[in-house]
Amino acid sequence: MGKPNITAEELANRIRRHCIIMTSRANASHIGSSLSIADLLAVLYHNVLRFDPDRPDWSERDRFILSKGHGCAALYAVLAECGYFPKSMLETYYQDGSLLMGHATHYVPGIEISTGSLGHGLTMGTGMALVAKRDERPYRVFCMISDGECDEGSTWEPALFAPQHKLDNLVVIVDYNKIQSFGRVDEVVDLSPLADKWRAFGWAVREIDGHDLKTIERTFTSLPFSAGQPNCIVAHTVKGKGISYMENALAWHYRAPRGELLELALAELERQ
Amino acid sequence: MRTAFIQTLFELAKEDERIVLLTGDLGFSVIEPFMQALPKQFVNVGVAEQNMTGMAAGMALSGKIVFTYSIGNFPTLRCLEHIRNDICYHNANVKVVCVGGGFCYGAAGATHHATEDLGIMRMLPGMTVIAPADPVEARHATRAVVNQPGPCYLRLGKAGEPVIHKPDINFQIGKAIRVREGDGVTLISTGGMLRFVLEAADRLSESGIHARVLSMHTLKPLDSESILAAARDSFAMFTVEEHSIIGGLGSAVAEVLAESGETLPVFKRLGLPSAFSSRVGTQQYMLQQHGLSTEGIVNSVKALVSVFHPADLRG
Repeated sequence: MGKPNITAEELANRIRRHCIIMTSRANASHIGSSLSIADLLAVLYHNVLRFDPDRPDWSERDRFILSKGHGCAALYAVLAECGYFPKSMLETYYQDGSLLMGHATHYVPGIEISTGSLGHGLTMGTGMALVAKRDERPYRVFCMISDGECDEGSTWEPALFAPQHKLDNLVVIVDYNKIQSFGRVDEVVDLSPLADKWRAFGWAVREIDGHDLKTIERTFTSLPFSAGQPNCIVAHTVKGKGISYMENALAWHYRAPRGELLELALAELERQ
Repeated sequence: MRTAFIQTLFELAKEDERIVLLTGDLGFSVIEPFMQALPKQFVNVGVAEQNMTGMAAGMALSGKIVFTYSIGNFPTLRCLEHIRNDICYHNANVKVVCVGGGFCYGAAGATHHATEDLGIMRMLPGMTVIAPADPVEARHATRAVVNQPGPCYLRLGKAGEPVIHKPDINFQIGKAIRVREGDGVTLISTGGMLRFVLEAADRLSESGIHARVLSMHTLKPLDSESILAAARDSFAMFTVEEHSIIGGLGSAVAEVLAESGETLPVFKRLGLPSAFSSRVGTQQYMLQQHGLSTEGIVNSVKALVSVFHPADLRG
């Protein structure tokens, strides 16, 4: 196993399909947050990250951290597609006795660190990147954070630290889907201009369409963007992307597709 | 204790490049020799305890033995959830070090009184909690936590505490040190209170009360065996701590006693009320105000022992 022997596009579609089914069966929240990162995850695991599912603790693997741990359905899905564990295990998501808890956990093979409380992943990822830099090890650290997570002060502590130590092996990907848990980002605590904020902190920043697979791939393959600077990718995404009735709707931070809505969602993915 | 800690860590770090020291911008005139000699094993993270703690966990998960260092409540309560989730949940090999436990920074005000740390750290899954009594225990504890993988909290005093122990004590994590033999009364101390507890024991013996003294440097895992052995020989037992009476040594010992199913000695926790101090002063002043000076301990013991004589209790 390893990198799935399908196109990144097909992988993204499968991630979405797994997420819909998992969330529906579990009657769980956060489907919108999982769908907005499906394309980014597909490209990362298809073309970018260096990993080996047979050796999850291979010391030189790239580290991927899903700091927005509530989007874990998508991560569980891509890890299953890569062969870290059987796809049948996805059926246990949120169920009694399951390893696949509702926020990313390192108890699951392939998951680097446990998250779920926002503002943690980047602090840990920065520590990992500093070790790699000082010990001249080749691995890179990719940390995906949410836009709402940028409200957390502890996001900006490592944002200050990483440029000071020239951690160009560290990559932050902001899933900028513009909706946080209780409203639109620009109505709760406006982050704009978000790319400028990271730039001002000393990061090399790219702003991209987080659903354009070719752009995503091109961006990731041009890392590091600037020697001696940590990298930030502000990925403009759509919450609920891929299921038209979920797109840009706050309700799908919470609701699970059941019955007719489930059929509609699966049919829409079938057509893509 | 601070000096004993940093000197020991420096010696160990010179031999083991996995050891890394992170500070939250504190350690002036203490950490410089380490910083200058071992720059690759040192990071001043800045005034950012959450990042310091999360980074420590990330570095530990990348093979390092990481110490986080700050004063008072900054390395613990300021970044508590990072200790819980980043360090403890991942069983990361991080040692959280607090300099200035209790009222070391007494006159600095209530923000700087680290008086709930032991209880809060004790609750965290997988966390070992150690409060050495003197520079000798601090030295041994530093070596011991390097050799024991996993999360640990090390609560130190400041500089200049008197040396109580001989250098070659048998220090084991989770094993109390019996510092003084006694008869019928047991005083259990944690952290720097040991010196006052020993002075109190000396004074009490002049009044015919011979107290056994245990230095309970490890609060978790707790040495319940030593507690119960002492309880069986005692008609009165006291815990003494520079910490809230909620959640710390007194609570921990009470839990062991209450669940023992044995005939219990009369028991009293000497510690701090759950309240902020509106009048402050030196550590000595603060301890005295809360009945934790030598005299305060003597008075509390005498008051209780005079009510509950062994003959009354054990018949």
